[in-house]
Amino acid sequence: MKHTISILVENKFGVLTRIAGLFSAKGYNIESISVGPTEDPTISRMTIVTNGDDDQIEQIIKQLNKLIDILKVVDLTNEPFVERELALIKVKVNSYTRSDVIEISDIFRAKVVDIGPTTLTVEVTGRSDKITAMINMLAPYGIVELARTGVVALKREFKGEVYDSKEIKAIKRKAKQAQKNTTSNDEKTK
Amino acid sequence: MEKAKHNLNKDFYGKNLSGIEIFVRSLIEENVEVVFGCPGNAVLGIFDALMEIAGNSIKIIFSRHEAGAVLSASGYARATGKPGVLIVSSGPGASNVVTGIADANMDSIPLVVFTAQVPTKLIGNETFQEVDIVGITRPITKHNFLVTKISELMETIKSAFYIATTGRPGPVLVDLPRDVMSEKFIFNYPDSVNLRGYNPVYSAHAGQIKRAAEIINNSSRPVIIAGGGVIASNASGELRELVRKINAPITTTLMGQGTYPEDDPLSLGMLGMHGTWYANMAVNESDCIIAIGSRFDERITGDTTKFAPNAKKIHIDIDPASISKNVKVDVPIVGDVKDALKKLIPLVKTLNTEEWLQKIKKWKIEHPIKYQQSKEIKVQYVIEKLRELTGGNAILVTDVGQFQMWTAQFFKFLYPRTHITSGGLGTMGFSLPASIGVATAVKDRPVISLNGNRGVQMNIQEIATISAYNLPIKILIFNDGHIDITRQWQELHWKRTFDEILIDKACPDFMKIAEAYGIQSFRVETTYDVEPILKKALALRDKPVIIEFKTAYEENVYPYIPPGGSVKDIIEH
Repeated sequence: MKHTISILVENKFGVLTRIAGLFSAKGYNIESISVGPTEDPTISRMTIVTNGDDDQIEQIIKQLNKLIDILKVVDLTNEPFVERELALIKVKVNSYTRSDVIEISDIFRAKVVDIGPTTLTVEVTGRSDKITAMINMLAPYGIVELARTGVVALKREFKGEVYDSKEIKAIKRKAKQAQKNTTSNDEKTK
Repeated sequence: MEKAKHNLNKDFYGKNLSGIEIFVRSLIEENVEVVFGCPGNAVLGIFDALMEIAGNSIKIIFSRHEAGAVLSASGYARATGKPGVLIVSSGPGASNVVTGIADANMDSIPLVVFTAQVPTKLIGNETFQEVDIVGITRPITKHNFLVTKISELMETIKSAFYIATTGRPGPVLVDLPRDVMSEKFIFNYPDSVNLRGYNPVYSAHAGQIKRAAEIINNSSRPVIIAGGGVIASNASGELRELVRKINAPITTTLMGQGTYPEDDPLSLGMLGMHGTWYANMAVNESDCIIAIGSRFDERITGDTTKFAPNAKKIHIDIDPASISKNVKVDVPIVGDVKDALKKLIPLVKTLNTEEWLQKIKKWKIEHPIKYQQSKEIKVQYVIEKLRELTGGNAILVTDVGQFQMWTAQFFKFLYPRTHITSGGLGTMGFSLPASIGVATAVKDRPVISLNGNRGVQMNIQEIATISAYNLPIKILIFNDGHIDITRQWQELHWKRTFDEILIDKACPDFMKIAEAYGIQSFRVETTYDVEPILKKALALRDKPVIIEFKTAYEENVYPYIPPGGSVKDIIEH
């Protein structure tokens, strides 16, 4: 199963190798890895997407936690999280296909960031699967070059109100009642 | 500014000192007593300052090879529990210590390894005697550092000692570029470390302890498995208390030998591949396994799916990553073994294990570990004689091979830190250099280095170190003309093609080697001579001695569970 792991690390040289080395030493593949400084310049956030069964992921997280330069490891997979990836895609175009490519880009809310006589470069952000979908759509035109950043992710902060199960039932009941009322009102107006 | 923690340093706090001097004064602050190492171009300044400044307070042991030096530091750490300190040169000096570091890493031995490095400006330029030792040792150290600024030196040394000795101990490497060591900085050794990513858990969780106690109190066939973690945590006393309180039989791993006296009726000796029949059987039939400071290495479990199938498993370990790594456990307890046992003992009750112990007693009578005595010398006999002549009051430093297993089976260790051996990595060439470290630290017990004919040749140059420092090590060489345990595997698993492992023809004359190094030696060729020669050698208390035993040609270690097998595959004889 695919797991997205968010790691806070000391912003020091060699930390990335330590983490990548841990994965390779255990024979686990990293699907994507992205890293950059956080609001605290001494700390960097690393987002790693990897595959593995529950036991493997448990081992990965335990082993990561053992590294001295790692401050925090969170497996985001089983909780709500925001995930984004950025890609730059350079597509082959000619006067006939240029507008098609721009149209596709619009649908994916991508931005054209560079244009040449035979190519068009678009910038797209979103979930990894959205980016893959866009790449698949553009592939028939001919992709000249492609750069993906890998996933960055953050845990979602819950902003709503908290209800217990009784309250939820009551809300549902009220909603049903309201719906009934509107339908009967509609019937009345008819 | 003036802290004066150590008398030798009291006049130097707040003074502007060179990196080299700061380094030496930092070792003094860390109460380092012995430093192992090899001189080399890049470290001469450090050794020079060490002798000048620390003179009488830090002893220096110069080895003949860095590969030996690191194992000597490891032997020192294993015998004392204090960190072994090693200083080596850059380039080949550093790369030569790789095996010893990996060895310490596998056995959780606290080492602080200082390597010299070319000046920071030249790093990465393929400079003469440059090697990326931090890169090379990243996967085999607990942590490592490259000091790039003089301002980081003291903090790094403090952190290195702290990381090596706390939590699950392990080797830490510090790489010291030459220019950093010649710069100047104000000496002010820190009191504490600042490592926000490193917080080992010492205190065991009370709830988990309670759950463990419930399982133990409801069991009728408990077995305790004690590993090297008990020794690392100095918890042998607590372990003995637990065993006696619950009346449970106890078995140990190779690394855990000596944590409980093996001549006690509750002791089952060692378990696993070459463990006793009854230890393996007891684990197999147990209803409650209490594993303490052991990581369930495959040498003790064999096929993990068939390991102790009917037992509830409790696992105490300071390293959370060790828990449920190899064997799924029912109650994990993360924390220091000593702390966990102290909390657990009051909660457990005295169990009625009479029936279980009777069964084990019967097994011990029916399936003892034994060997066939003959005119040809059997290593098992030599070990038994050693036990008899020393009363178990010796430190045995074993190399890797059949005699290592026979030592584990027949010596019946009484005290922790008396079987010094390379458990996890199985490093051949371990014993000679490790015994140097042990003999440097231990004065009141005979230190005996047990070797095979091949392993002894892997660090044979260290006989010179033993001779130079006149360390009273008794070096035993068991020579069966083969590479012993490899031959056994050839016989049992392959086609008996022994050509490659017959080393009789090119085997050196160990008596002449002893003579060349200026050490007294004996050769023993019959069983009859074993006892008198051992007595003679042990009587030479203040001198090293080499004894070569011409041992039986094709003797195998039994019991034997083939790799990946289970207790059902056990071969008894």
